[in-house]
Amino acid sequence: MSIVLFRIDERLVHGQVVIGWGNHLKPKRYLVVDDELAASEWEQELYLLGLPEGTEALFLTVAETVGRFEELSGDEPATVLLTRDLATMARLARGGTLTEARVNIGGIHHSPGREQVLGYVYLDDDDREILRGLADSVEAVFAQDLPASPRVSATQLLG
Amino acid sequence: MSEGTGEAPSEGVRPIRGVVLAHGTMAQGMVDAIHRIAGVGEEALVALSNEGKGPDQILRELSDVCGDGPAVIFTDLFTGSCALSARKACIQGDRRRVVFGANLPMLLDFVFHREDPLDELVPRLVEKGREAVQSAPSAG
Repeated sequence: MSIVLFRIDERLVHGQVVIGWGNHLKPKRYLVVDDELAASEWEQELYLLGLPEGTEALFLTVAETVGRFEELSGDEPATVLLTRDLATMARLARGGTLTEARVNIGGIHHSPGREQVLGYVYLDDDDREILRGLADSVEAVFAQDLPASPRVSATQLLG
Repeated sequence: MSEGTGEAPSEGVRPIRGVVLAHGTMAQGMVDAIHRIAGVGEEALVALSNEGKGPDQILRELSDVCGDGPAVIFTDLFTGSCALSARKACIQGDRRRVVFGANLPMLLDFVFHREDPLDELVPRLVEKGREAVQSAPSAG
């Protein structure tokens, strides 16, 4: 599979992803799965400014990604798949698309009602419910902001 | 253009506010240094970190500290969550600008020229920042 990282991160294409993970995994493509962003060209342009040289980005809806998943996860190019939240990754995983995926949580930040679980992960009851469902739909879910950071399993996140 | 005396801006001109937005504790460190060197306070330059914050929260906090007057947002990098939020904060209206790659010489120049028109000030700050990046000649 060409997808070298499945990541949930509110900031999508940003420093930790393109520098921290990018230098480690050497992806050639960033696949951003987000219904809102897929429809907003000006926002896509902002994210494109953050791409390292020699890489490209695709901005697709969940439905488009599911429909093209076999092609998108083919042999190449090495790809980092990003969603901004748990719910989007869970929608992608519905129907067995991501059964072999190891999903990385890299940034779910504070908002009203969310409690801190890690320095970069805050969850509320709805998030926990989605996380439980996601963990059942994929091979593994863990939090790890950077390659050298310790992995924290979904079980540990759910306490 | 003002004379760069560091005195309080004169009446009638709304001085520009500066916001340093950066990763970790970098912004606070830079702003502390400017406050110590130039003797200005938070009315001139404030620090904002992206630590533990999502894009929406960064954008909200940026809007709060920039207020409704003219503002320059200084970021550490050209890309990433700080730069992206700064760009978004400047989309509406013409009273805010972003300068990427902040350094102390650039910020020092800023705090002494807060009454200048934004369109003159920003290119000047970029030039000051670039000029200040130098290397020492080899000892040999």
